[in-house]
Amino acid sequence: MKNKTIEDIIDLSHDLRLEIGDDFHDQLAEGIYADASEIAKGSVSTENQNKSFRFDRKLDKIVTSKIWGFPIMFFLLAIILWLTIEGANYPSSLLANLFLDTLHPILKNLAGSIGMPWWLSGFLIDGVYLAVAWVIAVMLPPMAIFFPLFTLLEDFGYLPRVAFNMDELFRKSGAHGKQALTMSMGFGCNAAGVVATRIIDSPRERLIAIITNNFSLCNGRWPTQILIATIFIGAVVPESFSGIASLSAVIGIAILGIAFMFLVSWALSKTVLKGEVSTFNLELPPYRPPRFWKTIYTSLIDRTLIVLWRAIVFAAPAGAIIWLISNIYIGNESIAALTINFLDGFGFLLGLNGVILLAYIVAIPANEIVIPTILMLTVLVTGITGGEGAGVMFELSSANETGNILRAGGWTLLTAVNVMLFSLLHNPCSTTIYTIYKETNSIKWTTVASILPVIMGFIVTFLVAQVWRIMT
Amino acid sequence: MQDKKITSACDTCSHFNADGLKKLGVNTDNFDFVIALAGNPNTGKSTVFNALTGLKQHTGNWPGKTVVRAEGAFEYNDQKYKLVDLPGTYSLLSTSQDEEVARDFILFGKPSVTVIVVDANRLERNLNLVLQILEITDKAVLCLNLMDEAKRNMIDIDERTLARDLGIPVVPTSARFNTGISELIQTVSDVANGKIICKPHIVRNIPNNIMKAVEKLSAEIKVQFPEIPNSRWIAFRLLEGDESIINALRKNEFT
Repeated sequence: MKNKTIEDIIDLSHDLRLEIGDDFHDQLAEGIYADASEIAKGSVSTENQNKSFRFDRKLDKIVTSKIWGFPIMFFLLAIILWLTIEGANYPSSLLANLFLDTLHPILKNLAGSIGMPWWLSGFLIDGVYLAVAWVIAVMLPPMAIFFPLFTLLEDFGYLPRVAFNMDELFRKSGAHGKQALTMSMGFGCNAAGVVATRIIDSPRERLIAIITNNFSLCNGRWPTQILIATIFIGAVVPESFSGIASLSAVIGIAILGIAFMFLVSWALSKTVLKGEVSTFNLELPPYRPPRFWKTIYTSLIDRTLIVLWRAIVFAAPAGAIIWLISNIYIGNESIAALTINFLDGFGFLLGLNGVILLAYIVAIPANEIVIPTILMLTVLVTGITGGEGAGVMFELSSANETGNILRAGGWTLLTAVNVMLFSLLHNPCSTTIYTIYKETNSIKWTTVASILPVIMGFIVTFLVAQVWRIMT
Repeated sequence: MQDKKITSACDTCSHFNADGLKKLGVNTDNFDFVIALAGNPNTGKSTVFNALTGLKQHTGNWPGKTVVRAEGAFEYNDQKYKLVDLPGTYSLLSTSQDEEVARDFILFGKPSVTVIVVDANRLERNLNLVLQILEITDKAVLCLNLMDEAKRNMIDIDERTLARDLGIPVVPTSARFNTGISELIQTVSDVANGKIICKPHIVRNIPNNIMKAVEKLSAEIKVQFPEIPNSRWIAFRLLEGDESIINALRKNEFT
């Protein structure tokens, strides 16, 4: 009975809606605005000499100007990356000394002295421990410098200005201007970027933002880029320019990612996700002086440690798997060696190698562990030893020695360039894939978002490798 | 970490009892009241949330940082409060997902009190959302945040007039510096316990023909659902043809 009256109410609302005309929404919105304005007038008084408003506006005129907007953006990014690259080297070698050169032999000796069987100590110490130690040594210093700096910029209020600068480009690619914000979020973490797309109301534009978020270099990939660029790109130019060269390479990759984001957004909006571009208001918040120490503290606790913890959680089982596949033999060869040999041909076509491809498969759960995985596989499978000792022991006291291992594993400048490209263009990590599924509720779009970047990565690295080999 | 400064005479008074505050973090079991935290993007909702719960949700100076609702809890004078941090929105009139999360919670979650956090520097623009929320709920507190910036910008706000015009209590705060948080808790507790009764402002500047239609429809809704406090707002939504509200009516979600 009640259902009938509910339908009556709904019917009545239909009739009344026709009566009052279709500008109801605007009338209501205007009414609310008018009331708001009356109330505000009644209680707000301001001495219109608004100094800090004027300062904000002046600053905004510069950082969002047509001429200076983009150069300033890249300049700020460059400063942050430069500080990261310069600052991370020393603590990295310190940590490597401690965990890899000092603690590792001690643990091995200890295991030997209590009569632990070789396979157990290998599994635990050469597998699990080493992977975790490597992740900490390689990842912690750049993260501990990069995140606080990025967070300071974020707290200052710069990110919405980035969105403002990019807005027009996004609209031209048929995407939503707010995608600039989700893109910025993706520079921290793609899974977070995907969740952030909820601020986009049109489902079409939201899907575009979700699928292309992976082109924002994330937490897990910045250190990879920085490390490879420092070792290989920095080495091809004279010493005094090496900093600038590696810096430019990393920024180049980040910009390339943004370019791919526009390209793919545009292609999607012209083909499978056609539709109108919606408009929106972007509010530029006031600049706020960041509370320096608090920001440093929370970004260390909230971001650095959480990301590091995630890397460790994934690195430990990955280390175990790496050790297992390098030590379980089928016939004369270990599983890892067999897989690597199998992948080597395809890897060569892409200017990569079997070790790298296998590492990317092992590292699907977390991008953070790609480099440690590559190092471990190179050492375990190819039997290279850096420094003294046998088996898996070697020194890794600086970026240079990491470079030595990689070069011994057959890396060239082309390998380095293509690893940087492939690090940008490959499937999202499993957390992001799961998040995409939860947000889109569609296996189809999750598959597209996961596979599309890998295919692009294959194409791009293949082309670069072919052109490179013809040229040299 | 910032020391807790004495910011008003009340802080030193034993009756005020800010010591009755216990931050409970994520422990949200067995609460007595549910408090919703609403407001425009980038007004410091998450900062207020952290100040009340002792949690360290990451705050950022850009709009749209919180897109899912976060929950935390605190205890004040032996009553447990569950606090829900809603996504920041400019209005509740459109249909993006973050706005729906916020609107549905205030509408169907039936919070004991809704704390509306506004930027004192942009009061007029923020009031749009405030007025919309006041159409939905009659238990609200206005948290006039970022007062430190307003002072620097030489913006002066007469809180008493504002409170009278809006018909709800107004508490000035600078959540970043923990100023005004004790007063906010006390006021929230007063509204939750019925010591303060709100008489929220109702939007007046609406053309007569629309007003008549709204009144007719809202009267009809009141007959069918006498216990609904926001029949007028539901009438607005029905006139707009809001599908989710029509469905909610059909599924009897308002009772």
